[in-house]
This record gives sequence, C-alpha cells and structure tokens, in this order.
Amino acid sequence: MLKGSVFLSIFFALLIIFFPSLFSSYYVGLVIQIFILAIFAMSLDVLVGHTGLPSMGHAAYFGVAAYATGFLYFAGLKNFWLVIVLGMGFGGLTAAFFGLLAIRARGPYFMLITLALSQVLWGIAFKWRSLTRGDDGLPGIGRPEIGMGIDLKPEVHVYYFVFVIFLIVLAALFILLRSPFGHTLRGIRESESRMKALGYHVWLYKYLGFIFAGILAGISGVLWAYYTGFVNPSNFSVDLSVKALLMLILGGSGSLFGPGIGSAIIVLLENLVSGFTERWSLVLGVVYVAVIMLFSEGIFSILKRGRN
Amino acid sequence: MNALETQSLSKNFGGLWAIRDVSLKIEEGERRAIIGPNGAGKTTLFHLISGFLFPSSGHISLLGREVTRLQPHQRAALGIARTFQVTNLFQKLTLFENILLGVQAIQKARFCFYRPVGSFRKMMGDTERLLKDWNLWEKKDVFLKNLSYGEQRQVEVIMSLATKPRLLLLDEPTAGLSPAETVLVTSIIKGLPREITTILIEHDMDVAFEIAEQITVLHFGSILAEGSLEQIQGNPKVSEIYLG
Repeated sequence: MLKGSVFLSIFFALLIIFFPSLFSSYYVGLVIQIFILAIFAMSLDVLVGHTGLPSMGHAAYFGVAAYATGFLYFAGLKNFWLVIVLGMGFGGLTAAFFGLLAIRARGPYFMLITLALSQVLWGIAFKWRSLTRGDDGLPGIGRPEIGMGIDLKPEVHVYYFVFVIFLIVLAALFILLRSPFGHTLRGIRESESRMKALGYHVWLYKYLGFIFAGILAGISGVLWAYYTGFVNPSNFSVDLSVKALLMLILGGSGSLFGPGIGSAIIVLLENLVSGFTERWSLVLGVVYVAVIMLFSEGIFSILKRGRN
Repeated sequence: MNALETQSLSKNFGGLWAIRDVSLKIEEGERRAIIGPNGAGKTTLFHLISGFLFPSSGHISLLGREVTRLQPHQRAALGIARTFQVTNLFQKLTLFENILLGVQAIQKARFCFYRPVGSFRKMMGDTERLLKDWNLWEKKDVFLKNLSYGEQRQVEVIMSLATKPRLLLLDEPTAGLSPAETVLVTSIIKGLPREITTILIEHDMDVAFEIAEQITVLHFGSILAEGSLEQIQGNPKVSEIYLG
C-alpha cells in the first residue's frame, strides 16, 4: 500500500508540473483558482480542524487582504512582496481584533459572532461607496512585479508562481502542526477543560491560532485579487466563508491535504457542472449531502479506510 | 504550610447553596478524602478549588498563596492538578500524545511553533518513563477512545501526575470501575509519593478509608463532620445520612 501512495504522489506531482503543457489555458486557470482557494481552506482548517473553532466568517480576512491589494495597486504600489506582507498584516490585524470579540464564545455562538463580524465588513464594502465603490468593486487590478526577472503576465507563470506559494503555505502549516504549539491546538480541540486543568492558557492559544489563520487567509486574498484583477463585496460574502467550510467537509478537515482536495472538488464541480446545467448549485448540494451521509470524515477518508 | 485553606467558602447557584460556609485546612503531605451523599457539593468544591468556578463569597489559598480570583491555568501553574469525575481526556489522540500534553504543560517549549514536538528529548523521555512506570507503554500508539474504561481512568491519574503537582485533586477516581480495577487504581493512588498532597472525592467508603487518613463529610454543602477514620465511623450523624 505504501508503494501505491508513493506512486500516487509522484503521479500528482508530475501532473501538476506538466499540467500547463497538457491542458488548455481554461483548465490552467481553474487549477490556479484551486490553489488559491486551497490556501484559504487550509487557513480555515487551522481553526476548524485543528483547534475546533467553527468559524463562519472566514471571508473577512480574505476580503480585507483582497481590498488592501486593490487600494495599494491604485495607490501605485506594484511590488508583490510588499503587498503580500501588508495583506497578511491586514488579515492578521483584523483577526486580532475580531478574535477579541469572538473567542469568548463557543460552538454555535462562536459561529454566529464570526458570521456577524464578517457581515459588518461586507456591509462596509457594499455601502461605503465613496471608498469601496460599492458593488461595482475595484476592477482593473494589474499583475504585480515579483522581481527575479519573472514576468507574471503569462498565465503559465502565474500558475507556477501560485503553486510555489501554495507549497510554502503547506510547508508552514506542516511545521506548525508538528510543533508543540500545534499539538496544544489539537488538545484544545479535544477538551478545553482538560487543557485548562493541565495549566494551558487556552484563550491565548486560541487567540494566536485565530490570528495565524487570519494571516494565512490574507495570502489567499492577495493572490485572488491579483489573479482575478477585481475585488468586490463578494470577497467578504457568507457564500465564500461557507464554500471554504464545504471544502473542509468534502476534503476532510484536520488533515494536511484535505483542504486542497476539497478545493479541487468544489472548483471543478462549480465550473464543469455549470457548463452542463444552470442548476449546478443543486448538483453541488446533492454531492454535499451525499458526502456528509457516506463519508463524514471527508472523501479523503476513503483512502485511509482502504489502507486499513 | 497548608496545601489548601478555604475560609467560609460559599457558592450559590441562583438561590441554591451548593457550598455553604466551608472552612477547610489541609496540610502538606496529607491525604484527605471528601465524602458525602449525592448532591452534597463535593464536585462543586473541587471546581472552586481548581478555579473552574468562582465562589460567591469566601477565600481560597493554595500552598500559601491567595488564589480566590485566579484562573484554572494560573492555579495549575502553582502546582495543582485535578482529574475529572466524567473521564475528560483527548479521545482522538493517541495515549502517547495524551500523556505528552500533560508533560508539555509545564515546559517552556509549549509555545514553540517551529520545532517538531518529537525533537524535544526531555519531553519525549518523560512521557516514555511515565508510560513505562504505569505498564502502558505497549499501548502508546492506541487512540485513547480505544482504551478500556478502566485504562482511561488510569490515564486520568497519570496525566495529572505528568504536570508534577504538589496538590492533587482526584474526583472519584474509581467511579464505574470493576472491583478488580478498583483495587488496582486504589493501590496506585496509595503508592503515590507522600510529598504530593492528595484530596480525594469518593463515593465508595471502602476506597476512601483505604487511602485517606483524614476524612471530611459534606452534607447539603456544609461540613457535617471531620476527623480520623475512627471518629468518622463512630459518628452517629454520619451513619444517619449514609444509612438513613
């Protein structure tokens, strides 16, 4: 079985590397979206899968970073590295502020507070027309400069660049989750009261995890703004927050690759099914219900089950 | 020095006095059992001592420090550990990871976010020693939810010992155990180092008498009697509430 999984990994690695030369630019674009939304879903999984905090408003940090990218672009800032650091900063700061309000609550109350907070930002983006141009959004964001002699104009370059960022985030997450800090987060997910009794400052760990998730979500927001060239209130929407949750449910939360698999399934379903029927959200709904009923730990769990 | 001292401790739940005017003094190194019928306030008293509940009035000091307003994790840092009446462990983690979380709790490394947990030799070693001492090493990779109930009750005790406490609060450690398991857990608790002050809530009088030298009887939230085994056994008020 181990041989099989090595073979599978090599197959996927080769597929990702040669994908642009095998498929049309339409599909390359889809995979770029998959990578960006996978980063977003991974950031949410720090909360949902590893700390046990079911956030319903994770789009807040994505949207803040996306809008920051838009504003900075039109203010004349074209350096990607500066913008991504600022985007991560804004995502983290927003999470640091929202965390103070949300982490006091648990379970459904936590869900509702995070939902309400993200809706406040959505409201600002939608209504404060003089700043955000309302639902017209900020179109026409150009590609940034990343230096190193690489031009991000061709789609294929964007593809590889986003893939590298995805790998960096994956590695960062891998390191964090193996550390004593990540171990502590899983303890909190399993039993908060036991962690308190052992002497862990549970609130502080949750708060730090919350900020970290906001920073990672910021990365995906910046990438999304540059890739689509357009930010608008939907970057803050419940739709996006819930989509990330669905990715975790489909791919399996609390695992390293689950969010990426979930992202691939949802992006492909949305785009491929919508080519056949306008009722694609109905199809997605059916798939969602089926997965919950059949594989409550995500589609990825089939592989694990097969191994046992 | 007293390991624990409470002064006129009271806890009111919306009109009901779960704990009323309880003043306790427990010396360092002592083994004390707190007994009493259902609803006497034993677990509430533990919640107050460990900081999971705050008292309505009165004071608590632990190991010579006033802790009445401290959070649970702050009290744990002073050297208090507790177990739970209803098994409260990390069900989806392995036995090794469970104990490791106890060991890690008192290490500075707990905030480290870049080094793998396996690279902290001391933590890994301490966890290994605890599991070997308790004859559970061969089950280290078993998920906690797959351990038997009796083993889980043992893990409750081992995990609290992992934080090297000076005061140990055991909330019905033998609850729900078979007679054979009860004997095992009782002997384990009796074998704990004497420098760990132990306070034990017990329903099973035999276990309480086996482990503790001093006994406090709670009834309707107040102390009904306190003293040595003989004094408690000979106390007519105690026989009355237990035998009706």
